[in-house]
Parts: sequence; structure tokens; C-alpha cells
Amino acid sequence: MTERLPGWRDIPIGGVAFKPSEEYKTGDWRVFRPVLNKEKCNRCYLCHFYCPEGAIKVLDTGDIEIDYDYCKGCLICVNECPRGALESVQE
Amino acid sequence: MSGEKLSLKDLARKRDLLAPGHRLCAGCGAAIVARLVMKATRGPTIVACATGCLEVATTIFPYTAWRVPWIHSAFENVASTASGIEAGLKALKRAGKLKYDHVDVIAFGGDGATYDIGFQAISGAFERGHDILYVLYDNEAYMNTGIQRSGGTPKYASTTTSPAGKVIPGKLELKKPISHIMVAHRIPYVATASPAYPLDLMRKVRRGLEVEGPAFIHILAPCPRGWRFDPRYTIEMARLAVQTCVFPLWEAENGKYKLTGVSRSIARNPKMKKPVEEYLKRQGRFRHLFTPENRHLVDEIQKIVDEEWNWLLKMCQLS
Ligand SMILES: Cc1ncc(C[n+]2csc(CCOP(=O)(O)OP(=O)(O)O)c2C)c(N)n1
Ligand code: SF4
Ligand SMILES: [Mg+2]
Repeated sequence: MTERLPGWRDIPIGGVAFKPSEEYKTGDWRVFRPVLNKEKCNRCYLCHFYCPEGAIKVLDTGDIEIDYDYCKGCLICVNECPRGALESVQE
Repeated sequence: MSGEKLSLKDLARKRDLLAPGHRLCAGCGAAIVARLVMKATRGPTIVACATGCLEVATTIFPYTAWRVPWIHSAFENVASTASGIEAGLKALKRAGKLKYDHVDVIAFGGDGATYDIGFQAISGAFERGHDILYVLYDNEAYMNTGIQRSGGTPKYASTTTSPAGKVIPGKLELKKPISHIMVAHRIPYVATASPAYPLDLMRKVRRGLEVEGPAFIHILAPCPRGWRFDPRYTIEMARLAVQTCVFPLWEAENGKYKLTGVSRSIARNPKMKKPVEEYLKRQGRFRHLFTPENRHLVDEIQKIVDEEWNWLLKMCQLS
């Protein structure tokens, strides 16, 4: 027997989305991974603003951190970093 | 309420209101645009979104990437939905039932939703004077259904319904001057913006929220899939569009035109203006223009861009 799928009675009224998208990890889309060289980064944060995912976070310390759970590997950050502090590495 | 000075350093620490885990393509310009717009919000905000890539891919049931109250409206009526929200908030406030001093209302629409199918709803909302910010994220075709041409597709771009080949060299019609049409509605604020210049973009969004009455911001949202370029070049495309004056940056407050950012620098120093070819040749949708028999079409596009740029310069002088 196949598992019973939710019927119309089980679905929230009006199709109200109820789960945060963070529960859906998009990191496995990635073919190339951006890797940060902390020494070269001068904290301009352009990569943070250019990231379509919001996967480049600015920490309280002012450092940046890439969240590989969500990074899809578009490599905009690698292409845009004015200091060449990001490098792409194949997964 | 006006006047808070925005800085990249501060905004970088502000929590995103568009969460990761959405399913827009890798490198999608619309995702960058939506993130930046939401970063520039100033308090409680309600978002309405027309059908299109942004809506579909950020709210795939049962997930949502929006950390604000959000509503999907049909393709043609996001401006009406936003008008209703604004009118409802006003009524609640009048009745003393609104928890907040003020709630901002933002409507997002793609080019299909804005230039074509939702146009009359926007025109009506602006004429009625609703205090909403309408954000057009312009990826220059109906992307979510497979790259069909819209009123916002530029001349000679190849799309699935204006395919370049033996019969036609891509779309034959001009891109509709949508933002100037919005200025003609005599609303308090209209601006263009590019995700390549985040601070300029976020300042304009903030200004659009601050003014009383309707505001319209037209933001270029390069689409790697539909424009046919490698996803890593999204921001480069958004920058080249400005540097070539294909997509100049300006704002018009109460009808007074003013150039901003790089576009203002180009007006002062015309040598900075790059040839349109540098923008066109990077995108597969214009690939067919670079054959010997079609070269003259690049010249024609250059002529159109020059004419529109000169017209804009005149508008800025007149204002
Ligand atoms: C009335 C109506 N017609 C057609 C559609 C199918 N449809 C869904 S998304 C879409 C394209 C949207 O284009 P645009 O507004 O440019 O947004 P984009 O997908 O490019 O971001 C279309 C035609 C629809 N949802 N509703
Ligand atoms: S098709 Fe284009 S606009 Fe749509 S999600 Fe992909 S990159 Fe973004
Ligand atoms: Mg579109």
C-alpha cells in the first residue's frame, strides 16, 4: 500500500504557507563552492548585498561567513569581490 | 519620519526579510532585488506579490521565504490588492484598532505584470493616490512561463515568442517607457535602480516609502536563464546596463527629474559612457546581432539609447 497523501481537509485554508523556507536546503544545487580567504577580505560587504540567497552573513565580529546550506554556487560573489578574496572550488 | 541615513555597514547587519531556501535560479537578479528592497524597509511592512518567478519560487507550498505578512495576488491585480491593504490599514487606524503607528505596503510585480497585464490596476491605484510602493523587478520577459516577450522586452531581444531567425531578428518593437508613464501620473516619487548599486537602490526604496502617496521604483533584474549568460555575471549585466546608458539611474520627486550615481557622473563626463555593444555582446538573447548581416541593428540600438539618454538629460535640465 502506498502512503496516504493529505486530502483537501488536511490542507490549511487558502493554501497558507506555514513552513519557513530555511527548512528547504538549496546547498545541494551547487557545483562550485565559493571559498573565502579571510586575509584578503577588507569587509566591504558587497558580496553580502549581491548574494541572491542571503547566504553570506555578516557576523557580530564583522567577519563574513558563507552558509553552504543555502549557497547555490552562482559565483556572483567570486566574480564581484574587489579584492579577489573569494575563490571557486569544484564540489 | 524622513532622513535616516542608510549605510552599507549598518544594512549589512540587518536581518534579511527574504529568507534563504527560496527556489529562484542560482544567480537570479530578482532574488537580489527583493532582498535589497526588503533590507531598506523601515518598520512593519506588508508585501503583496503578483504572479511571476519571484512569487512562485519564494512560496512553494508549504514553504515561504517571506518574514513579513505576505499575500499572493493574481497576475493582473497586485496594485489593487496593495490599495485594499492600504485602505484597510487606514480604516483600522481611524477606528483606533491599528496596533502600529504606521504600516508600509509594498507591491512587487514583474515586467509582464507591470507593463502588460496589471497596467490598469497600477494606473488606477496611482490615480486614487494610495500610499503604496510599487516595485517593478524587470527581467524583460515572462520568465516564469518560459521567456515570452513582454512590453518590457527590449528591441531585438530573442525570446520564445520573438525568436531570432530568418524571419525576424528578435522582438521588433521598442521597450515601453514605463517609468516615464508613471511620472506622468503625477505621483510623488518615481525612480530607477540597479542591484549593481545597492546603496543607491536602498536609498530610493526608503525614499519611496517615506513619501506620502504612491511611489514607483523600476529595478533591472538580469535573468541568467532568459538573457542567456552565466549566473556569475548577473551583477556585471546590471552594471553594464547603467554604464552604457541602456538603463540610466534617475529619480523624479514630484515630477522633477534628477540623475543619480554613475548616471550623474556620465552626464558630467560623457567619456565614461560605454558603447551598447559591451552590454549586448555578453548576452545570448542578442547573439544574432553580431553577424555581418545584422551588425547595423547594433548601431540602431546605439542610436535609440543615445536619443533616450539625451531626452533624459533634457528632462533633468528642465526640472
Ligand atoms: C491571468 C494569468 N495569465 C497567465 C498566467 C501564467 N503566468 C504565470 S507567471 C507568468 C509570467 C510572469 O511574467 P513576469 O510578470 O514578467 O514575471 P517573471 O516570471 O518574469 O518574473 C505567466 C504568464 C497567470 N498566472 N495568470
Ligand atoms: S528564470 Fe530568471 S527571473 Fe526566473 S528564477 Fe530563474 S533567473 Fe530568476
Ligand atoms: Mg519578467
